Amino acid sequence: MTIPGSTRPRPGWRSVLTWTAVSIAGAAAWGMIALVRGEEISAFWLVVAALGSYAIGYRFYALFIARKVLQVDDTRATPAERLDDAVDYQPTDRRVLLGHHFAAIAGAGPLVGPVLAAQMGYLPGTMWIIIGAIFAGAVQDMVVLFISMRRNGKSLGQMARDEIGPFGGAAALIGVFSIMIIILAVLALVVVNALAQSPWGTFSIAMTIPIALLMGFYLRTIRPGRVLETSLIGVVLLVLAIVAGGWVQSSSWADAFTLTPQTLVFCLVAYGFVAAVLPVWMLLAPRDYLSTFMKIGTIALLAVGVLIVSPTLQTDAVSEFALSGLGPVFSGELFPFVFITIACGALSGFHALIASGTTPKMIQKESQVRMIGYGAMLMESFVAVMALIAACILDPGLYFAMNAPAGVLGTTVESASQAVANLGFTITPQDLQAAADAVGEETLVARTGGAPTLAVGMSEILSSVFGGEGLKAFWYHFAIMFEALFILTTVDAGTRVGRFMLQDTLGNVWKPLGRVGWKPGLWLTSALVVLAWGYFLYAGVNDPLGGINQLFPLFGIANQLLAAIALTVATTVLVKSGRLKWAWVTAVPLAWVAVVTLTASWQKVFSSDPRIGFFAQRERYADALAQGEVLAPAKDLDQMRTVVTNSTVDGVLAAFFALLVVIIILNAALVCWRAVRSPEPLPSSEAPYVESRLLVTAGARASTEDDGEDGAEARP
Amino acid sequence: MSPRRLLGLVRWYLRELTGESAYDRYLERHRLAHPGAPALPRREFERMRTDRADAHPRTRCC
Repeated sequence: MTIPGSTRPRPGWRSVLTWTAVSIAGAAAWGMIALVRGEEISAFWLVVAALGSYAIGYRFYALFIARKVLQVDDTRATPAERLDDAVDYQPTDRRVLLGHHFAAIAGAGPLVGPVLAAQMGYLPGTMWIIIGAIFAGAVQDMVVLFISMRRNGKSLGQMARDEIGPFGGAAALIGVFSIMIIILAVLALVVVNALAQSPWGTFSIAMTIPIALLMGFYLRTIRPGRVLETSLIGVVLLVLAIVAGGWVQSSSWADAFTLTPQTLVFCLVAYGFVAAVLPVWMLLAPRDYLSTFMKIGTIALLAVGVLIVSPTLQTDAVSEFALSGLGPVFSGELFPFVFITIACGALSGFHALIASGTTPKMIQKESQVRMIGYGAMLMESFVAVMALIAACILDPGLYFAMNAPAGVLGTTVESASQAVANLGFTITPQDLQAAADAVGEETLVARTGGAPTLAVGMSEILSSVFGGEGLKAFWYHFAIMFEALFILTTVDAGTRVGRFMLQDTLGNVWKPLGRVGWKPGLWLTSALVVLAWGYFLYAGVNDPLGGINQLFPLFGIANQLLAAIALTVATTVLVKSGRLKWAWVTAVPLAWVAVVTLTASWQKVFSSDPRIGFFAQRERYADALAQGEVLAPAKDLDQMRTVVTNSTVDGVLAAFFALLVVIIILNAALVCWRAVRSPEPLPSSEAPYVESRLLVTAGARASTEDDGEDGAEARP
Repeated sequence: MSPRRLLGLVRWYLRELTGESAYDRYLERHRLAHPGAPALPRREFERMRTDRADAHPRTRCC
């Protein structure tokens, strides 16, 4: 990359021609998606619009940010070079690091959110995923990665404390911890909803535990370090477990693996605790290898499937629920709730924790923040687009029969068919049963949470490329396995990280608790973290109004508020380092996400519509409860009490998250104001300049056509 | 690019991505830093590498 101020050669005619063609293709695709009405739109156009936009965003906007705003400097040694200890800090090939970073940021989030948002049509979700990633999500990831790299890989919490102050830092820390709890609960809820009453799914997911243990022992004792062969064995066993699930379902074992949601909650909580206290090599490390391979493999498979099949979108571009706010999947209007529901894939605050974790300690050259920070987010955005496609190719009748809450749909195909008709869509009871039979499930009614819907969509696409109708059930359970696998990895890793944060904090109060090697402390803090997310999971499962309907907005708000914190830190750093002129690069997305999340929290707290406002909901049910009445969809007084408790807790939490962010933003605004008024630049927390001696060739055993700049790496 | 070369590239990438090549890198580094001194056997090295993760959990995103 060029040093600022030096001259660059003018772009050649071939480059101009290529980028003109990319722009035209992208613009044409956007035109098709946005303007063509009343005809069937192929998912192919969504893919073209996405890839064209990403290429342009990466080539021009990301390069502009790298050069002008961040002023990356490849003559400056990165922490990986200066502090190289071969453990935490080590210069890593950028393509390998991109893989690491992508595997760490991509999870179930970008797969679930877009599926739920499909109730508003394909257009709002697609636009937010693509535009949001280019101007907000990828910018956040790249800038946070850069400022953390300039500070030797400090965490977001530390940077908030250093840049904004102890108050802002403490607020950020509490925010990160509570947000993590909500995220783990919602993700676990997705798994519970996917596995409940499904012996096939439950059996194959349960089998991942012995498979991971086997891999762990194999790697530890028989073939230390041979990760590839171990993973290969693991993947083969995993596919076998999926196939065997089908046999189990039709055998006498089926009953043993048919679990209620409540039982699954206890299993998950117990699993979460055991997994978090076991040594990493036994369960987490092998599971992580498996989920990384499954993740990359399945996403590639899906991309190929979408391109080959090029399925037709069945959903309206913008559904009536977008404007009425009465959608059954989640309540509220397009603004702000689409932007809350789709967090990962467009803008995800959680990424800031990873971009300020291990990745900044492994970068070889400063200019690589573009490929790793910005590029990886574009890849995740593309995953989200494919999830949206998988949901939008389903018949809307089936989509709503799967995603409306059980309280609305009832339990039979007949009641569900009737409820869907009331929503204005049609699916006959026979078709609904046929859809369930095709994927080898007892029923698809009210299989909320996004994972089953995505799995049905994926099985449609994949079975028409590989294997035909006969393999539909296999692909459905393959998709369920793939999502559940990395949700469980996230739950395990998240519980550990939460436990460390808790140990760190409690260690200030009572020393022994802070010692990571002290077993009772470790068990206690792990149990606390597991119980915290377990509580929300249990509440979600028992909520008559539908746990996903209630908790998912909270998850989105939490994740976006974390993004607001990250963007605040980034903006503060830009202002303090004398780059006020360029601060809009992070300040505009910050303003957007602050408006979105604060509006959403405001509505969630203060709306007088009981479908949206938690406290209005509480009041409605509490009043009825006082009269001894039962309001649908609650079935008895106990369920009425459940609604009252849950809506109170959720409302308090929404208010608390919003308050935290307001505090941080105000505190940061004060710091920025001081920085602008100060006649001298404020002291910098950057590590001082050291000249780089590292020569980066195209890669250790790299390809020759890789020119190290632009070009090939733009495509996700 | 010949299929053979492509396969080599894929293998290199996967080994790097999974950390399978970490031991080779350690050996090389050890040879430069402490010539003549015996290096850790692979079993010991991998054990240390994995156990470190117990004390340094890595977040996975949602």
